[in-house]
Amino acid sequence: MPTKIEKDAVSGRDTTGHEWDGIKELDTPLPKWWLYTFYACIGIAFVIFFLYPSIPYGPGYWHGVMGYSQRKMVDAEVAKLTAIRKVSLDKIGSLSFEQIKADPQLLEVAMTDGRITFAENCQPCHGAGGGGHIGYPALAAGSWLWGGTLDDIQQTVTHGIRSGDDDARNSAMPHFGADGLLKPAEIQQVADFVWSTFYGHKTEGQDVSAGAKIFAENCIACHGENGEGNRVVGAPRLNSHIHLYGDARETIVAQVTLPRQGVMPNWNHRLDPATIKAVTLYVHALGGGE
Amino acid sequence: MFIRHEWFEKNALLLLIGSLLTISIGGIVEIVPLFTIETTVEHVDGIRPYSPLELRGRDIYVREGCYLCHSQQIRTLRDEVERYGHYSIAAESMYDHPFQWGSKRIGPDLARVGGKYSNDWHYAHLKNAQSLVPESLMPHYAFLSETPLQTDDIVERMTTLRTLGTPYTDDDIANAKADLLAQADPAADNAKLVGRYPKAIEASGNGKEVTEADALVAYLQMLGTLVNFADTNTERLRQ
Repeated sequence: MPTKIEKDAVSGRDTTGHEWDGIKELDTPLPKWWLYTFYACIGIAFVIFFLYPSIPYGPGYWHGVMGYSQRKMVDAEVAKLTAIRKVSLDKIGSLSFEQIKADPQLLEVAMTDGRITFAENCQPCHGAGGGGHIGYPALAAGSWLWGGTLDDIQQTVTHGIRSGDDDARNSAMPHFGADGLLKPAEIQQVADFVWSTFYGHKTEGQDVSAGAKIFAENCIACHGENGEGNRVVGAPRLNSHIHLYGDARETIVAQVTLPRQGVMPNWNHRLDPATIKAVTLYVHALGGGE
Repeated sequence: MFIRHEWFEKNALLLLIGSLLTISIGGIVEIVPLFTIETTVEHVDGIRPYSPLELRGRDIYVREGCYLCHSQQIRTLRDEVERYGHYSIAAESMYDHPFQWGSKRIGPDLARVGGKYSNDWHYAHLKNAQSLVPESLMPHYAFLSETPLQTDDIVERMTTLRTLGTPYTDDDIANAKADLLAQADPAADNAKLVGRYPKAIEASGNGKEVTEADALVAYLQMLGTLVNFADTNTERLRQ
């Protein structure tokens, strides 16, 4: 194939010696700057291979002589942050709620920590500002199921409700309808009673005495004679305007038939005790604290 | 440079041997390191294959394209560790075929979402995310809790995964359907299920049939819960 290398008259370069149908190819070399950059890149690649974790072999991998590790770096960064926070968090963890409240600077730190923790962890259920949703109690309203003192809130946040934690708050309303403890007609009667007496929807001339009797026999042990509820067993107060599962009469029927048993996760596996105290202070200050 | 190009151009056999040599070098560099890939995955206590219901939930997760908005990979960045918890380790997705690390982070990372919310919350949130999180961009998946879960092919699915290296035992596969139904029924006795798949979380179910939402919730509720990072053995394995 190669015929003969000759000088091109126009460019002054040699040809490669290849010729196809009279067309010849110039032997133009790569630009020097490009060629040496290319060689330099290959060289740098070997240097980086040597310095940083690169290739796996046998029982492990080449760790590199720089000791570079993203895991160590993030551990160090988190440790640095923890050390800065430790000053305040240790105090929050060891002092009582009263003592924290007495120190305005510390209280501000705790409230800020609480606000951020609340937004990431609590807000998806309890809503921004603790407004609550159907099935997820409002925290700003002061209508507590299990108690609204700082200690109560701390206990609830730490161990949760029906969460499976050993110290979780636990209670289960009987399945009056689903387990046949009350007949459907009786459930309607007791719903009429609760709806008219506690929810405040009295109808002239309506006789709810049958429902009152059923209520007295089945419900007052937990919900109280006047529907005032019982926080020891987390039995909701019925004689208020705040109802966990909605204000409609059907919700009473549904709840008596097959009660929803809300679950709150225990946060002791995700948040440290001092942060739980901080979020407790924040929740307490949302408007419903006792 | 050192070898005259002409030799290769004029000799077909030499060209063949030369090409083969060049391609082999490329191949060896790419393939040989993979023989030792096992050594780069830490072996961590607690990692287990998915239970049958979780596995189906994972299929739904993939089918609905959840990975297009949600990642499952807490990176080694301070802010992510702060928000989501311990950074993800390779072993946590060792039984994922394919892994669901994702790359878009439109929604929050889900690598450790297990146990963060209640089952009820997940059902309600899948149905209508904005009812709980007003600023959410998530589409509604209400149909999941109305669609019966296809369960008759669970054995085939698990057998297929076994050929890919997921260590399902014969016992696991023989009991697949029973385990699946037990996990979707809060009233069922779960001792055997939890014996085979520790930390499996029961879906709440609707008491009638197993729905796709049940499977998805069971899957979401176990994400990131298997490894106990407080365990000293786990600490030691960190590179």
